[in-house]
Amino acid sequence: MVAGRLPDPGGSLTRPPRERLLGWLHRRPEAQAWGLLGPGVFWLVAFFLIPLLIMFAYSVMPRGEYGGVERGFTLESYQRFFVPIYLTILIRTFVVSIACTAICLVLGYPVAYAIARSGRWKNLLLFLVVLPFWTSFLVRTFAMIFLMRDTGLINTWLLKLGVISQPLTILYTPFSVMAGLVYGFLPFMILPIYASLEKLDNSLLEAAEVLGARPAARFRQVTLPLSLPGVVAGCLLVFIPALGSFLTSDLLGGAKQLMIGNLVQNQFASARNWPFGSAASFILMALVLAAVMIYLRMRDAAPAGR
Amino acid sequence: MSDPTPLVVQFSAVSKTFGDVKAVNRISFEIRRGEFFSILGPSGCGKTTTLRLLAGFDEPDDDGGEVRLLGEVVNTRRPYERQIGMVFQSYALFPHLSVERNVGFGLEQRKTPRTEIGTRVRKALEMVRLAPDTFTRRMPAQLSGGQRQRVALARALVLNPAILLLDEPLGAVDLKVRKEMQLELKALNQQLGTTFVYVTHDQEEALTMSDRIAVMDNGLVAQLGTPAEIYENPRTAFVAKFIGESNFFGGRVVRRSGGALELALARGECIRVPDSPTIKEGQKVQIAVRPEWMDVCRPADVPAGENGLAGEIRDVIYLGETMHVMVTLKDGNEVTVALRNEGQLIKPLPWKRGDTAAVAWLPEDCQILEEA
Repeated sequence: MVAGRLPDPGGSLTRPPRERLLGWLHRRPEAQAWGLLGPGVFWLVAFFLIPLLIMFAYSVMPRGEYGGVERGFTLESYQRFFVPIYLTILIRTFVVSIACTAICLVLGYPVAYAIARSGRWKNLLLFLVVLPFWTSFLVRTFAMIFLMRDTGLINTWLLKLGVISQPLTILYTPFSVMAGLVYGFLPFMILPIYASLEKLDNSLLEAAEVLGARPAARFRQVTLPLSLPGVVAGCLLVFIPALGSFLTSDLLGGAKQLMIGNLVQNQFASARNWPFGSAASFILMALVLAAVMIYLRMRDAAPAGR
Repeated sequence: MSDPTPLVVQFSAVSKTFGDVKAVNRISFEIRRGEFFSILGPSGCGKTTTLRLLAGFDEPDDDGGEVRLLGEVVNTRRPYERQIGMVFQSYALFPHLSVERNVGFGLEQRKTPRTEIGTRVRKALEMVRLAPDTFTRRMPAQLSGGQRQRVALARALVLNPAILLLDEPLGAVDLKVRKEMQLELKALNQQLGTTFVYVTHDQEEALTMSDRIAVMDNGLVAQLGTPAEIYENPRTAFVAKFIGESNFFGGRVVRRSGGALELALARGECIRVPDSPTIKEGQKVQIAVRPEWMDVCRPADVPAGENGLAGEIRDVIYLGETMHVMVTLKDGNEVTVALRNEGQLIKPLPWKRGDTAAVAWLPEDCQILEEA
């Protein structure tokens, strides 16, 4: 050792850089956290937050003649939204989305319950639930057209069996839109409810039973309240995308079942009114945010601990 | 009315099969009112299945005998129709309900008036020594392990069940709380007159609390008796091994003499064991001797009338209250002798590893074991 030089207790100068980096990270948990968060945060800022801000800027700028926007500031796009025709679309969007969520809940809860108690079939059944995701939603929606159109599978069979003499009009009705939405979103309801039912401790159910709870009371007082987090998650996962959906109502609803998603899409594509499309998006977003906050507030206020 | 204490539980030749495993194999036993009855055994012995048959979570096989509660056959009766209380190993408190609602859960199911629920819940909490004012509003997540166990106990006792089932309720609490709860459970059993059926794998716990113990092994009741009977007269090698420690010897009966049997061990040494009418000359038998009933001495000093076997000291182990002297006999058999520690600093044991010594014990301290 050279005289006068301080000893290097940790050997930090002689260790390879990789080890030094790991050692440094180990001593600084906040650096670790940023390291883990960094890539995701970068992605969201670059491809979500910034585009969102651009959209917001567009929504308060005058419309360009051939699409795009011009310099200036105006609230015209927002004012334009509050006329009966657009408000009807807005209300329809909410009604359809709420109905879709409710139907998914009614259909999905029993399925999730059955899967959670299906023992060794569990993995197979879960696999079947996510199987549709292997094909594009667009392709599956077209398949539903083939199923429901006048010369489609349903009508052909009903005619053959002599149940009907004239083809039923199924496609391009509120029913076909709802069928498509429920079909598309059902797995998002089933999976979170399944997750919360699956981790439900069986001894709680046994305890309820031995304390005198019959099956119905046991479900109402133990199973259902303990699966509520899954129900809430499922409802949000269905309701929010349903509000913004446009593909299903476009393909299965024709022009008659316009939802706000279709309106936004039209403004950006054929109508070339970017500011109005942006404004409609932001109005929807504000309403979703408000709806979710009211919902969560209600849930937290619900009798959980009394 | 010949029997003053009626039977609250009767198992007659009860079997339960899962797949091709006989979890419980034609077991029969009876539990009297007010008894503290333990079912003791290692995991997989069938004790939990027995409890579940009692609670009604499982049903006996179709030709699997009869389970009777308070005289009635309940084979297929659901748990909510049985009027029993149960305390679970995992406590099984409802996490979304307060202590008050947890304890009142069973009363709510019975449509008890709200005001009565309030008073009975308070009484039940006081019974398990939880201050109602402090605890009624708490959630299970805000309680310690011991407190949760008390709430679980209150939840079962508030319904005044004739029978209280306890499934290893003290398995998850620490030693100090466990000792305390053992005594409290015993006291509650005596004070309330409720029949306690206690499942455990902890032999010390069973010996401490029980009026009677059923030792289970491999789906069968290996032995049923008071703690003293089980400890001092183990009937099979399994019981002798599972409850406390035992030294085992195997030999052939060579003759009967003077109220004793003479047994020839493998290397020809003879030991004497108490006579038993069921054993014939020439028969092979196995015996067990508790370590604390044996002594260590020099081979020449084996007292007259005692059994003595020579060997070599393998180890002397300091355990505080007792000293364990391990002796390797000439036939290779390892014997443990437990001696009272009279102070190793003042009066040390005269034995060290490698010494030649003999183990000695009285013939009447031998327990003849049945073939398992």
